[in-house]
Amino acid sequence: MEKILVGLKRVVDYNVRVQVKSDGSGVDTDGVKMSINPFDEIALEEALRIRESGAASEVIVVSIGSSDAQQQLRTGLAMGADRAILVESGTSVDSLTVARIFKALVDRENAELVILGKQAIDDDNSQTGQMLAAIWGRPQATFASEVVLDGDTARVTREVDSGLETIDIDLPAVITVDLRLNEPRYVKLPDIMKAKKKPLEQIALSDLSVEAAPEIKTTAYEPPAGRQRGIMVEDVAGLIAALKDKGLV
Amino acid sequence: MTKILVIAEHNEEALNPSTAKCVACAASIDGAEIDIAVLAASAASVAAEAAQISSVGRVVTVERAENDAGLAAILAPQIAAMASDYSHLFGPSTAFGKDLMPRVAALLGVNQISDIMSIEGSHRFKRPIYAGNAIVTVEAPAESIVVATVRTASYQAAESGNAAPIESATVDVEVPTHTRFVELQTGKSDRPDLQAAAKVVSGGRALGSEENFELIFKLADKLGAAIGSSRAAVDAGYVPPETQVGQTGQIIAPDLYIAIGISGAIQHITGIKDAGTIVAINKDEEAPIFEVSDIGLVGDLFSIVPELTEALG
Repeated sequence: MEKILVGLKRVVDYNVRVQVKSDGSGVDTDGVKMSINPFDEIALEEALRIRESGAASEVIVVSIGSSDAQQQLRTGLAMGADRAILVESGTSVDSLTVARIFKALVDRENAELVILGKQAIDDDNSQTGQMLAAIWGRPQATFASEVVLDGDTARVTREVDSGLETIDIDLPAVITVDLRLNEPRYVKLPDIMKAKKKPLEQIALSDLSVEAAPEIKTTAYEPPAGRQRGIMVEDVAGLIAALKDKGLV
Repeated sequence: MTKILVIAEHNEEALNPSTAKCVACAASIDGAEIDIAVLAASAASVAAEAAQISSVGRVVTVERAENDAGLAAILAPQIAAMASDYSHLFGPSTAFGKDLMPRVAALLGVNQISDIMSIEGSHRFKRPIYAGNAIVTVEAPAESIVVATVRTASYQAAESGNAAPIESATVDVEVPTHTRFVELQTGKSDRPDLQAAAKVVSGGRALGSEENFELIFKLADKLGAAIGSSRAAVDAGYVPPETQVGQTGQIIAPDLYIAIGISGAIQHITGIKDAGTIVAINKDEEAPIFEVSDIGLVGDLFSIVPELTEALG
């Protein structure tokens, strides 16, 4: 195939413990470390391996958001993507609109495969890949832990609650990736230098003529109800006594 | 008028307990009328089970051979075609529901709400973001259909004892052939299902090897518990991925959760927050798991776990 599109979302880093602002207006992201959504790094790694195997010729990384997301796209280029597209939007964009943006880019680029993370670790929605597949009218292989391409089809193993499900899908298709698919490569310094010369195209969201979806409004933020720290026991006998006390054994 | 269609999760033989949890969530909307849709190759036994769930008004079956594997690409157009009779479509936030419901929502041209943990009104819901570090209230537009997944750990299964009528429906839509089921490999065991189990014994990286997980299995079997694990244990290859508990694994709410050799990263904690009682056994007294545990025991799991298993006789 010619082209693979990969989504890279800029999110608060995995290691940051996010706090709700005291006035309940949002979460505090001032000055916190931002990174590529970890699942999206796995998506990119998979696309790069497919290209390196000779089954694709170009990997294009896409991000949607403010110009700050250029940072994540440059990291994607340093990992080995061929070029990048930033769809600029001043406000946060909901899942269906993101799916419609990807559909517009799929059409523009004539991409045959879109690989996305199975969820973003900020909103934890897990929706975009499935929505893109729906409006594209193409297969979705979500939560992938193994992808084997075979000409115009792919055999994908998916992590489901009861174990591992294997499906065959015809290309073009959307794949969303789970943790165990691969281990993303580290970026080396010379690659960062090289990435600066790779093309990064900026498109205004308004230029893509994407229809806005009915909006789900977030009206309040609050911290989660905490669990109280309980008792400490000294030994197994104490543990069993405490469990018996609660009627659990 | 609130009319909710709950999409049944099943394996052609039995109904998944996630369905009765979705019904419980739906029933907490004032005046809701609730139907269950069973899309299957052969729906009879699953539909009979669904009809027993209280607050259900009607079970609608849609039988066609292509439905046998529950593939999202095949089910979604059928559900979208049934949607016009309803104000809400609910599915569970399990792998099945997370795969399916966004596809349905997109076909209907609406956004989807993931992981409803509480109902604040017919169009207002609470849901977790950032691995449960923040809870948001979201409001869906009143004029369009609500498509959502229900965070099953937030709800007790609705009781049974009902005898709702079962009606068979024909949905006249074409389904795609571009997605084909090959196989499902399950780590078949006699142990209870992780999602449904009242007790879960979970092991972490500190177990050190696949062989040492035998200690976890023995304790679990003594308690009649399901097996859970941390991401670190799965990444190390000690146990299969379907045992992983947490933000990117399964979110569970057993009566008893025993965390053994699990330090308690926030991503793990988010998967067990709704457990009844959390027991932590860890050699590091500073481990964050003790901040959320009801009963903590500091010590060497390799002596504590066999002693505990033995003492439970």
